[in-house]
This record gives sequence, C-alpha cells and structure tokens, in this order.
Amino acid sequence: MELLSGGEMIAKALEDEGVEYIFGYPGGAVLHIYDALFKTCKVPHVLVRHEQAATHAADGYARATGKPGVVLVTSGPGATNAITGIATAYMDSIPMVVLSGQVATHLIGEDAFQETDMVGISRPIVKHSFMVRHAEDIPATIKKAFHIATTGRPGPVVIDIPKDCTRPDAKFEYHYPDNVKLRSYAPAQRGHTGQIRKAAKLLLSAKRPVIYAGGGVILGESSELLTTLARTLNYPVTNTLMGLGAYPATDRQFLGMLGMHGFYEANMAMHHSDVILAVGARFDDRVTNTVSRFCPGAKIIHIDIDPTSISKTVAADIPIVGPVQSVLEDLLDIIGSLQDKDAQQPDTGALGRWWQQIEEWRAKHGLWTGRRYGESDRIMPQQVIESLYRVTGGDAYVTSDVGQHQMFAAQYYKFDKPRRWINSGGLGTMGFGLPAAMGVKLAFPDMDVACVTGEGSIQMNIQELSTCKQYSTPIKIINLRNNYLGMVKQWQDMQYEGRYAMSTYEDSLPDFIKLVESYGHVGIQVTRLEELDQRMEEAFAMKDRLVFLDIFIDPMEHVYPMHVAPNGAMKDMWLSKNERT
Amino acid sequence: MRRIISILLENEPGALSRVIGLFSQRGYNIETLNVAPTEDLTLSRLTLTTTGDDKTMEQITKQLNKLVDVVKLVDLSEGAHIERDLMLIKVRASGTMRDEIKRTTDIFRGQIVDVGPNTYTIQLTGTGEKLDSFVAAMAEADILEVVRSGVAGISRGEKVLRL
Ligand SMILES: Cc1cc2nc3c(=O)[nH]c(=O)nc-3n(C[C@H](O)[C@H](O)[C@H](O)COP(=O)(O)OP(=O)(O)OC[C@H]3O[C@@H](n4cnc5c(N)ncnc54)[C@H](O)[C@@H]3O)c2cc1C
Ligand SMILES: Cc1ncc(C[n+]2csc(CCOP(=O)(O)OP(=O)(O)O)c2C)c(N)n1
Ligand SMILES: [Mg+2]
Repeated sequence: MELLSGGEMIAKALEDEGVEYIFGYPGGAVLHIYDALFKTCKVPHVLVRHEQAATHAADGYARATGKPGVVLVTSGPGATNAITGIATAYMDSIPMVVLSGQVATHLIGEDAFQETDMVGISRPIVKHSFMVRHAEDIPATIKKAFHIATTGRPGPVVIDIPKDCTRPDAKFEYHYPDNVKLRSYAPAQRGHTGQIRKAAKLLLSAKRPVIYAGGGVILGESSELLTTLARTLNYPVTNTLMGLGAYPATDRQFLGMLGMHGFYEANMAMHHSDVILAVGARFDDRVTNTVSRFCPGAKIIHIDIDPTSISKTVAADIPIVGPVQSVLEDLLDIIGSLQDKDAQQPDTGALGRWWQQIEEWRAKHGLWTGRRYGESDRIMPQQVIESLYRVTGGDAYVTSDVGQHQMFAAQYYKFDKPRRWINSGGLGTMGFGLPAAMGVKLAFPDMDVACVTGEGSIQMNIQELSTCKQYSTPIKIINLRNNYLGMVKQWQDMQYEGRYAMSTYEDSLPDFIKLVESYGHVGIQVTRLEELDQRMEEAFAMKDRLVFLDIFIDPMEHVYPMHVAPNGAMKDMWLSKNERT
Repeated sequence: MRRIISILLENEPGALSRVIGLFSQRGYNIETLNVAPTEDLTLSRLTLTTTGDDKTMEQITKQLNKLVDVVKLVDLSEGAHIERDLMLIKVRASGTMRDEIKRTTDIFRGQIVDVGPNTYTIQLTGTGEKLDSFVAAMAEADILEVVRSGVAGISRGEKVLRL
C-alpha cells in the first residue's frame, strides 16, 4: 500500500474517482493540496477568475455530462465566493463535490485568518457536508461525498478540509474504497408496484391526459423511456424549464414549456386535463400559478425519487416514490399487460377530441405558429434565438443567464435532446451562463456551445473571458442587448406603470467589442435584422475562437405568454401587452 | 396538532445543527427539544415536539428523514406512547408557604431535592401538561426559576425505535 500525505490522498482519490476536471482557485488553506496536484495529479485543473465561476463551470460540466462537477477553493473568501454556485446547483439538483480549505484544526473557532464556518454557511444549500477531522479519513470521505452527490436526488456535497490534515510530512496508507456503506442513506430503488398499477389504470382511463415532465427525467437519464411511454399512449407532453429536452421539442405530441412563461397550449391543456402524470417535476410556483386554483379537474400521479417533492405544494392522488427510470419501465410493462390481457385501451374517441382541442389552442396562440412580433423594424429577441437554432442545426449546447433572454431561449430553441439546455432555474442566478458554457465546452470540445445572455447578466462573471482564453474554450456568446435589466423592466412596465427603478445603466455600459478583444477574443456587433443570420454563421464558422455577438434588440419587447398573478390559474395568461385569456 | 417526533441521529458533530436548521430554514416550529446519547455510542436519541397541520407534519417528517444524519424516525403521537418531561423548580419557601408548597408537591408526587433556609427546589416528572398544572398550582408561591428537560418519549409495548 502507498504512503501518501493528506494532500496527495486528495489528488489520488480524485483520480481514482475518474474526475475529468477540477475547477478551482488557490489560497493559503489549500496550498498543500495544490502542491500535491502539481506534483502528482493527472486530473487537469482549470483556474477560474472567481470562485463563483468555478462552481458554475463545474455545474455546467455536470449538467452536460451527467457526471459530478468538482470544485476546489480555499477557506474564508474562497469558500464564501463559492456559495452562490453551490446554491444554484442545490436548487436544480446537480451533482457536485466542493472541496474547501479550512484553517488548521487548532485554530478553528479562534477567528483565525481566513476562517469561516463553511459547513455552517453552506448547511441549508447542500445535500450533505463533511468536515475532515483526521487525514486518514480523507479517501473514505471523498468516496462518500461522490456517492451522496450522484445517487438518489443528486445535489452538491461540501468537504471542508483543515490545513493540517493535508500536511506533506504526515503520511498514511492510502486505499480508495470500492463502495460505501451509509446506514442512514438509502434512496429508493424501485417504485411501489401497487401504486404503479393504480397509476397505469388511471392513465388508461384518462380522457384529457397530460404528461408533465421535469428535470428529474433528465437527471434520471430517462428521456427515451418517457418518449416511448408518450408515443405508446399518444398523450401530449409538456416540459418544465428544467425538463426541456427530456421530450423532443420538434415532436407533434410536444406542447412546449408550461408555467409562468409557458406556451398557451401547454397551460391550457394542463388546466383542462383530467389526469396529469407528473414525472421528475416538483410543482414549482413558477409552474402552478395559484395553487388553490391549479388544474381543478385533474387527478395527479406523481413520480419522484424524493418524497419531499411529492404533495409539497400540490397534493398527489397517486404518489410514486422511486427513480424515474425503473418506475417508467414498470409502468410501461403494466400498461402493456393491461392492454393485452384486459384489453384496456385509451379511450380513442375522447383522446381524439382532446387532440382536436389542443390543435385549436395551438393554432390560435401557439408560439411557433401564430407569432405576434414583427411590428417593429428592430431585431426581435425571438428572431435571434431562431437564427441561433437554424445556424447550429438545433444541435448546440445552449447555456443561459437569467432574464428575458433566458425565457426566449427556452421558448424558441427547440431542444430535441436532454442535457442540451443548461440554465439556472431554481435559483435564477445571473452570471451562470458564461462559466457554465466553459464547463460544457471543456466536456465537449467538438460541439457548438452557445451562451445566451444579456448585458446585465454577462457582467456578473465577465472576468471568465480570461479563463476562456487560458484554456481555449471557443464558446459563442449571444448577447441579447436591450440595454435594460429587461426582466425587471418588464415587471415594472406591467405592475409599476413603467417606473424603471434601477433597471437601466444610463451611459455606463462598456464597449463589449473592445472588451472581448482586449481578452484576445472576437467581438461582432449586430444591429440590423438583414445581417443577423450572416453574422451568426460567421461566428460559428470560427471554430477555434470565442466570439461575442453583441446583438441590439428591441428593448421594449416582453416575454409572453405570462401568467396573470396574483390569484390566476394555469389558464390565465397575458398573451401580449393588451391581450389576455 | 401537537406531535412528538423521536429520532435516532448519528452522533456526529454538526448533526444536531442540521435538524435545528431544518426547522428554522423551513419555518417549522419546535416547542421542546431533548437530545442525549444512547447505549449505542454512535447514536443520539432526539425527541422533539412540534405543531402543524397534517400537510406540514408530512413535510416535516419527510424532510427530517431526508437528512443523511437521521438514521431512523418515528412519530410517537401516532400510537400509544409514554412521554416524560423533567422539571426542576426553585421557589421561595418561607413562613406559611413552606408547608403549603410541601403539600402541593406531595399531591403532584414531586420531590423536594434541595432545601434552603428560604427556598425549596422541587423535582417533578410527568407529561408536559402535568408540569404545567403544577406551575399553575404554584401561582401563590414566588417562583424563582423553572428548568425543564423537554419531552422524552418512547412507544408502549413491543414497538421499538432501534437499528
Ligand atoms: C426568470 C425565470 C422564469 C421561470 N419561468 C418558468 C416557467 O415559465 N416554467 C417553468 O417550468 N419553470 C420556470 N422557471 C424555473 C422554475 O423556477 C423551476 O426551476 C422549475 O420549474 C423546476 O423544474 P422541475 O419541476 O422540472 O424540477 P427540478 O428542479 O428539475 O427538480 C427535479 C425533480 O425531479 C426529481 N428527481 C431527480 N432525479 C430523479 C430521478 N432519477 N427519478 C425521479 N425523480 C427525480 C427531484 O427530486 C425533483 O423533485 C423559471 C425560472 C426563472 C429564473
Ligand atoms: C444574481 C441576481 N441578481 C438579481 C437577479 C434579479 N433579476 C432577474 S432577471 C434580471 C435582469 C437581467 O438583465 P439582463 O441580463 O440584461 O437580461 P434581460 O432580462 O435584459 O434579457 C434581474 C436583475 C437575479 N436573477 N440574479
Ligand atoms: Mg438586458
């Protein structure tokens, strides 16, 4: 057996765990670890320019690959800078392991230099956390952390490591365990067969069914099963913002996203349904609108691996706790045997009428058919996303920041595959897009990676242009330039009579073209609609350059549909500035 | 409705703060809390009482179970159980009150565990309700200090909470 120091054990354990990238930033408390990485570790380390970006890059990597992201930061300010990114990953159930340095054990509690209680600060935003007490515990702790982060409902795990536990002169026998035993942690492996049978019967008896699928389908690698189920039954499917790509967006049965900025036909179908199959979705308030008015005629089947997601906001009639994959397999089996043996079939007459109704909704207000923009001679944000879609053949990884541009990207880029749409849904973290795109590009260097952003969001982590230079990550940044904190402005237009309290920057925006050029990248300004496609193509043709497209759009455009609030139901929507359901 | 939740918790540093943090973070209230080691050194036993409607209670138990440090959990109030709270109460005991307090203590089957020239310290165990009524019965006396352990509870009969 090898004798290794604490620092070396960390380096070795990350290798043994199959980690592909470490995203991090050094400092006093982690210097032993960095020295060990430098001397021995085969895992490449990506030096970001701010620890928040390390967490978002690891997060983007995790969302695109399905593998856990790994972050290494120092104590004190390094650790606190990582907090926003940990919370972002936590809210969207993203697997991540964060190693944070801590002051030496004998200094803990003394307000030592760069001491902060990382386990305490991060407690409400982690799936679990560990504080290393003895260096020899390091391999087992790392193994446990990866196990917890990646199984069940995934999430971030923090390991806080006091400096003395990584000393180079104290060596220990190193052994990386093959598996972990945790007596108090056992995520569900299968759904309850009785419940699944009940669900199958209810589904087959539905007259106006909808499948409401969320991020859990992607996290649980079950897009194909979901698609099979939907096609078998010929039932319509809607996805949450986090679920986009779980069902192919170009498919006839897809109704688009649902919720606050969901498609008209998706929200109408939900409201009028009699049976909702919720899969890996958590009835978020951005989806349900007023809970007491949520889908009054619907019976709800809810499949989720985390019991706390079930009946938290909306009560489920048939709860099924289990991994979406095995539950959908069982459900398909049971549906199959019910159809064969008992000749239970979906009510095709009712289903036909339901589809007819849906097609009417679609024809009336569907985003992709009855578009209402185009009255302005400015570039409309929707057109930018459509151009992006065309130029990338619908096959890019698209990250986004938070705001109107995020919603336009979600509505207009038709994601046919899971893990292609990478955004912060639960926390809504501005500044996520650029570092996340970096993480995605490192994972898939040969793929197109676009970051759809706004001039507000991009400035929250713009320093990462330097990291992109250092590691040659030629992503394309699509800046939907409206010169406003657009989403804030939209609310101020709608609810505060257009009083733009702190949602403009006056004359203070940088010249983004010069700015990106100073980092060694390419900047292109686009102001006319006629040149949009051509510039987009030029940008993507530059395979090995980071290109920043600064696209001046109509600043007055709003995102529609938009749920009417407060007290609205799913069906209550603004469809344009002066039109509502 | 009032509930008594009993938990076997990993005896790890920080485990208790995860339980307490959960309550404040999610806006649940804790009325009493009692924690102590068990015969198994790796586990602590924690009993807490809380109130909430059925929906809230369902979330509380699910959220608690989700904590990696929570090994096992039972809602004692769902079945027959025994609950005990321990109270130490120090009262001014002089003049005629001295006898009066002694009598009331006997009626409640309490014990005077410390006697001073002008004070009594009384120990009393029982349900929270019983302790409340004792305090009420002491209304005439001058109460100097009240310490309560919070409820500890256990199921009746064969039912056990263990690994
Ligand atoms: C500006 C803005 C606007 C927004 N507008 C909308 C909107 O209009 N519509 C919308 O939908 N969202 C919107 N959101 C996002 C919203 O806030 C939520 O993040 C989102 O709705 C949650 O998606 P989800 O229900 O799919 O759950 P996720 O957050 O993706 O959660 C996944 C669920 O699946 C479960 N799960 C995980 N793995 C598995 C597995 N293997 N098996 C089974 N279950 C599993 C988890 O336990 C969890 O319950 C908006 C966000 C922002 C920032
Ligand atoms: C870190 C953070 N701070 C504040 C907000 C609130 N917020 C949501 S959208 C938005 C405006 C975003 O502006 P921009 O990036 O220009 O995008 P636009 O809406 O104009 O497309 C703000 C301030 C947030 N989501 N995240
Ligand atoms: Mg903007």
